[in-house]
Amino acid sequence: MRFPVWRIGVFIAAAVWPLFWLYEALMNALGPDPGKVLVDRLGLGTLILLLITLSMTPLQKLTGWAGWIAVRRQLGLWCFAYVVLHLSGYAAFILGFDWSQLGVELSKRPYIIVGALGFLGLLALAVTSNRYSQRRLGVRWKKLHRLVYLILGLGLLHMLWIVRADLKEWAIYAFIGGVLLLLRVPPVMRRIPRLLGRKAPSATKA
Amino acid sequence: MLIKIPKSSDCRESDVTPESLYLSRRQVLGATMAGLAVSSLPRWAGAADAARYADVEPGKAPSWFVEKLPSTQWGAVTVKNEPITPFKDATHYNNFYEFGTDKGDPAANAGSLKTEPWSVVVDGEVGKPGRYGLEDFMKPYQLEERIYRLRCVEAWSMVIPWIGFPISALLKQVEPTSKAKYIRFETLQDPKTMPGQRSGFALIDWPYVEGLRLDEAMNPLAILAVGMYGRELPNQNGAPLRLVVPWKYGFKSVKSIVRISLVSEQPKTTWQSIASDEYGFYANVNPTVDHPRWTQAHERRLPSGLFSPNVRDTLMFNGYQDEVASLYAGMDLRKDY
Repeated sequence: MRFPVWRIGVFIAAAVWPLFWLYEALMNALGPDPGKVLVDRLGLGTLILLLITLSMTPLQKLTGWAGWIAVRRQLGLWCFAYVVLHLSGYAAFILGFDWSQLGVELSKRPYIIVGALGFLGLLALAVTSNRYSQRRLGVRWKKLHRLVYLILGLGLLHMLWIVRADLKEWAIYAFIGGVLLLLRVPPVMRRIPRLLGRKAPSATKA
Repeated sequence: MLIKIPKSSDCRESDVTPESLYLSRRQVLGATMAGLAVSSLPRWAGAADAARYADVEPGKAPSWFVEKLPSTQWGAVTVKNEPITPFKDATHYNNFYEFGTDKGDPAANAGSLKTEPWSVVVDGEVGKPGRYGLEDFMKPYQLEERIYRLRCVEAWSMVIPWIGFPISALLKQVEPTSKAKYIRFETLQDPKTMPGQRSGFALIDWPYVEGLRLDEAMNPLAILAVGMYGRELPNQNGAPLRLVVPWKYGFKSVKSIVRISLVSEQPKTTWQSIASDEYGFYANVNPTVDHPRWTQAHERRLPSGLFSPNVRDTLMFNGYQDEVASLYAGMDLRKDY
């Protein structure tokens, strides 16, 4: 395995946040409505991890360092882990495990529907993230994983419906997401300058 | 051989609190507090007791407030068998978008609000319009403590001991004309001290505006508050003067009021202007009419623990049905939400 320290570092950096938040919640440091705070933070964490995952390819192109791509799948899976925790928190702290209410929410509330679609998308990508699926799906794998761009759009829409009065924070994430998508437009991608180092031979094959 | 001479400040083993007692310290404290509250009941009538509630941060009360406080009628309205929300939670979990959209923002940022001197404009369809210094504005009114449920439209709730006076007393003073049908309230607009008003991405058209039908404002439960928890209002809770209408969602209870107008047309309120499908003019607490994005049938009574969520059923008119239901006789509350 290449870059073992880097990979483990990324693993720890992603794992530490939910544990820290749980610790805060247990120490009563999250205020009077800790469940809601946890759900909100996990949702935002999912979006941020999605943006970080999507910035690995441009960073690799920019710097030529293969380490970025080496942690891309791991970051994508962390994004999925966060969304699972986000949904578990929603089920436990907001719905109180009232599954009949979940049916009502899923049929009536557009932002819940959009969020659920985003989750299904992430689920599909997480399930097919292993080497076996990559081999089996062949060319179709890449097509399937372009779904991530749609998921980003769903995630941003989901958040837009929740922020009610001030769009500043949302606008920052939407802008970053927009830039990351723009960098993938082929004519733009070809013009990304190489800032550091030379193209690693392994990267040309991928 | 090691001879240990204990310092006088050292703790002995016998001083150690039993683990079971340590682990249950919250219950012990709570029970003590409840005991204190009960034992102090007879004294409520007279003495001005600063430590009426546990863990209340003292503020810097304006002199008119200090003078009025001793004659306050304590516990004029109470909520039976529902504990009062801790002061810390009521002052650190707030929606006051002038200071930021996060629940903690108002507590962090509202220190910049200057509440002295403060003046209130009374205008519109009134016999006695004018601009009053708050100390003069407050002169005619006897303060009362009103312990009310507060139900936020976001499906959380608290129980808060307000100090204020009925709007009906104000209306008696300013003499509305026969054309007055609604009362309109306006919050301070001051981007210098209110960071939320400086945001270029805010969807709110400042200043924050709210309103009531005149008969709603005349209801004895509707008050203007100047204090809570036995002290003046903290800035983040809408100092120095705010509305409290306990049978409506919290956003109706406009904070830091600078202008009160009697008007003939239904005022265009802030949240109605942003999203009229989600926030109506009436905004009565109603478990049978959902918010488009969530159910209003339940609420999280704060503080709500992570693994013991304090969820309860929401009551019609927030439990004030007997007092206010007649205001809406014959109205379709699904349409007029």
